[in-house]
Amino acid sequence: MSANSIFKDSIRRLSRNPLAVAGGAVILLFFVLALFPSVFSSHDPNRIDILKILTPPSESHPLGTDDLGRDVLARMVFGARISLSVGFVAESIAIGIGLLIGLLAGYYGGRVDSALMRFVDIMLCFPTFFLILAVIAFIGPSIWNIMFIIGVTGWMGVARLVRAETLSLKERDFVAAARAQGAGDARIIFRHVLPNTLAPILVAATLGVAGAILVESGLSFLGIGVQPPTPSWGNILTAGKDNIEFAWWLSVYPGLAIFLTVLGYNLLGEGIRDAVDPRLKGR
Amino acid sequence: MRGVPRRTALPPIVLLLLLAACGGGKPESGGKGAVVSDVPAYGDAIVEGSIGDVSGFLTAVTTDASSHEAAGYVFNGLVRYDKDLKLEGDLAESWEVSPDGKRITFHLRKGVKWHDGAPFTSDDVMFTYRRMIDPKTPTAYGEDFKQVKRASVPDPHTFVAEYARPFAPALASWGMHILPKHLLEQYPDISKSPLNKKPIGTGPYRFVEWKTSEKTVFDANPGYFEGKPFIARVVTRVIPDLATMFLELKSGGIDLMNLTPLQYTRQTETPEIKKSFNKFRYLSSGYTYLGFRLSHPFFKDQKVRQAIAHAINKKEVIEGVFFGLGQEATGPYKPGTWPYNPNVRKYPHDPSIAKGLLAEAGWKEKDTDGILKKDGRRFEFTVLTNAGNESRAKTAAIIQQNLSAVGVRMEIRTVEWAAFINEFVKKRKFDALILGWNITPDPDQFDIWNSSKTGPDELNHVGYANAEVDRLLEEGRRTFDIGKRKKAYFRIQEILAEEQPLVFLYYPDSLPVAHKRFRGITPAPAGISYNFIKWYVPKGEQKYTTFQQ
Amino acid sequence: MLRYVLRRVLVSIPLLVGISLITFGVINMAPGGPIGISSDLNPKATAEYRERLKAYYGLDQPLYVQYGRWLGRMAVLDFGDSFSPDGRKVWDKIRERIPVTLSINVLSMAMIFLIAVPLGIYSAVRKGSLFDRITTVTVFTGFAVPTFWLALLLMILFGVHLGWLPISGLVSLEHDSLSLAGRIGDRARHLVLPIFLAAFGGLAGISRYMRSNMLEVIRQDYIATARAKGLPEGTVVFRHAMRNALLPVITILGLSVPDLLGGSVIFETIFSIPGMGQLFYQGVMSRDYPLIMGILTIAAFLTLLGNILADVGYALADPRISTGRTG
Repeated sequence: MSANSIFKDSIRRLSRNPLAVAGGAVILLFFVLALFPSVFSSHDPNRIDILKILTPPSESHPLGTDDLGRDVLARMVFGARISLSVGFVAESIAIGIGLLIGLLAGYYGGRVDSALMRFVDIMLCFPTFFLILAVIAFIGPSIWNIMFIIGVTGWMGVARLVRAETLSLKERDFVAAARAQGAGDARIIFRHVLPNTLAPILVAATLGVAGAILVESGLSFLGIGVQPPTPSWGNILTAGKDNIEFAWWLSVYPGLAIFLTVLGYNLLGEGIRDAVDPRLKGR
Repeated sequence: MRGVPRRTALPPIVLLLLLAACGGGKPESGGKGAVVSDVPAYGDAIVEGSIGDVSGFLTAVTTDASSHEAAGYVFNGLVRYDKDLKLEGDLAESWEVSPDGKRITFHLRKGVKWHDGAPFTSDDVMFTYRRMIDPKTPTAYGEDFKQVKRASVPDPHTFVAEYARPFAPALASWGMHILPKHLLEQYPDISKSPLNKKPIGTGPYRFVEWKTSEKTVFDANPGYFEGKPFIARVVTRVIPDLATMFLELKSGGIDLMNLTPLQYTRQTETPEIKKSFNKFRYLSSGYTYLGFRLSHPFFKDQKVRQAIAHAINKKEVIEGVFFGLGQEATGPYKPGTWPYNPNVRKYPHDPSIAKGLLAEAGWKEKDTDGILKKDGRRFEFTVLTNAGNESRAKTAAIIQQNLSAVGVRMEIRTVEWAAFINEFVKKRKFDALILGWNITPDPDQFDIWNSSKTGPDELNHVGYANAEVDRLLEEGRRTFDIGKRKKAYFRIQEILAEEQPLVFLYYPDSLPVAHKRFRGITPAPAGISYNFIKWYVPKGEQKYTTFQQ
Repeated sequence: MLRYVLRRVLVSIPLLVGISLITFGVINMAPGGPIGISSDLNPKATAEYRERLKAYYGLDQPLYVQYGRWLGRMAVLDFGDSFSPDGRKVWDKIRERIPVTLSINVLSMAMIFLIAVPLGIYSAVRKGSLFDRITTVTVFTGFAVPTFWLALLLMILFGVHLGWLPISGLVSLEHDSLSLAGRIGDRARHLVLPIFLAAFGGLAGISRYMRSNMLEVIRQDYIATARAKGLPEGTVVFRHAMRNALLPVITILGLSVPDLLGGSVIFETIFSIPGMGQLFYQGVMSRDYPLIMGILTIAAFLTLLGNILADVGYALADPRISTGRTG
């Protein structure tokens, strides 16, 4: 079976999976929200109106206002940008690092493998959230720092995955053939091994973005992520906690958005996994 | 604690209970219930809530408000502030300042005993002075004592301090808690002595217990020289979270705490709360400001600064951030205190005046998005403030909106405190900042406004330099004559108001709430604690009648 | 067995060294190094403080010397003095918080175990049923829900609206005056929400894992054999299938230590529980670097411990694992 038809098969299977499709649709919706904010809200997310502090959802403010009278829906729509981009970039960094380390460890084996995997083990000894918090404490919370640090602490799973795939792939015929033809290591790794690891990587990446979004919103909620007045779903929740007795909408809606986005990515990721390797279905 | 830059991680609360000054305080009690017997009686305990734990009881070697407040129960200084923030005697019955202003003679009270029974004498004062200037003592408050040229003890109840030049803040510096020589002289570094954990002083309360991160307990000192305090026991409980503290208040776990503006306005209006608690309100001793780096090309121009002052809607800030519980600031002195000058130039919120001033300063053109332009440069700048301070973050957001209405674009950047101070403030790498100052009762603010105090570790961050102000600052500190000092400080305020090196934003209110059974709480410029030893609970209403030892 | 444990511990030593290297690297990430951040409100205190810290960290020494000192200190749990106003020894502060966090984590692991395992087994045994499908959906939801959001929602529901459960602290104010039963009940009420939240994330994962393990095991030959022998279904399930499916789950539990610790930051802060997570959060917010580094190191160490325990548990449960031989 050619790679192309495998691909087409996978897509077909994916599209037949209602949950995965639903997940994908939710994600698409949020992307549209992020790209075209004015379609969904006509309010300025930073417009302060002290006369409207903490008002419940109403016609003019469908999701209510926050502790400075700003429209929550508008802030959430703009917050979508932050959350989605942080998730995407952070995960890209994680995938990049994980790919590199996994490929090298799996392909070269031996000492290189041991050393790299030992490194992975060490990194896995740290509760990720603790490590992230500690580093942010030292280098300060800025959006770039957050993306960087989430990426740099989240590559270990990918590395192991890629390594496992590489280990099995490197014994395969097409690799031997390529080597016989005189292809160098780099070429083999990047042209032959890598493309075959894409499927599991895609799954890991999708699930990873979900995780990254959860971490970013957790950090923002605690006050060490995205700093106000820049809106992020997490930091709107902080106001929710501070005003828990009178402003339930500040707690409910941003969390709902996070939940739906993460759920969407999870469903999509699981769907991709099932679509690509139907033998795994039912597990 | 002169001119200490104020960083509040939380609404300014316990920090202000200490030497909080000013404003007419209004007790808002929920109506007078029928009080059967209102006669002062001894007994009962008061449980206070505090966000921070004590770090040590020797004020000389601690810098946090929680520690200073706790120490205040156990120790005395030579002088202290009365309810109107005027100096009065504490361990010193009286004092004289020589005509040339270079010598202060303190006449100490007789018959005062330390909590362990030893007599208090001028030797203790001399000992305290020596330790304050001793390099081995890790104190932040030694500067004022280093100004003393010579100290002497002519007899056990007299202490004389001589200065090279008259130094008015000196008198206030003798409010520093006096240390017991007989208990500390064998410790070269007092911060390591056992007294820092188990204090023995001359104060109205004796130390009983300190459970770290949990509570401190004090019992009334029957032999206190002003008379035994009515409330028999003081307990301070550490509750790091204000929401939790409020729950404890409601359930009776604590009797006294400082409320946040939100709690004050929205959570304490129910009949149950009003039945059991009294709320109070007085202006706190600290103001928040928007400071400009005066060497910045935009802010060099006085008109620009004045324009920004007009553009900012201070009322909106106070309403939005503090629910109206605060007052606009016009200068570095608190309304209601004697150095405060009410007749300085004010900057009412007026965008059109602001735009006019900006135009006069050359900012006439507008860019496509409405931002002002001059010589091709847009009026954009970044304001820095410390992360984690909700009030400042909100203040910044409101100011941002105010300024965009006049064509000025202000970016907000929050930086965490340590980096904020070290990388930006000290290195003067900022366009503008939002910060605060605590105001000390003595009006000398030399370190903040003097043109010589612009070094990296010094407090004149904005780089203010005005020869007349320099001269007046010097005059103000070199005389003990209140009238002369007042004149100098009044004139300083006029100049500062005119030149606006910073826009003085607001003084927030302190909002303490206490259980109704405590009588005698009367807000005054100094706050509510000045007469703590006179608070009492009538016999029939006392809650805690037996104490665990 | 003992040799196995010993071997396992020895293997962990290089990991400890690796941990120390990484934590050392993190300290030096601060702009200006470890002292670049010591600031107080008063300039005078700062200058002197800087000097003391410089001496403590030996910052005038070359990096490898600094690292050596750090390693030596880490070995004896000397993390220096906290930067916070109380200036206490970091290790003392951590030590008094560990029991709380540890007990909550252990209780939640127990809860996960007690709920997730039967859930997973039942789902596997009744694969495709309504029960299975509902559980699957719930599980997916569990993966996606941010814990702090759930915490807020539960607080609003149970704490504010219904008033059934307290929303902060470990004990209420009157705790000391309650009877023994009252006190136990008081603590229990305060712990319900935190433990539930701590366990929530793990529940989803573990029950899923248990389910897939059971499914695989059930397919195995020896199960078919047992059935063919005529053994009752219950015995088949419990005696044979479960034990084999359980093994990996034990490992996973041990491996979930880091996640539980990490999660403790959030819910301890939300519920004002005086545990390690809340201390860490406070340390981060006040940039109390010695404290941060101390807790980070301890947490890594606890994770290592969890891994070792998981491996040992696995070895104990599975007679096939060679415990005496090398390999």
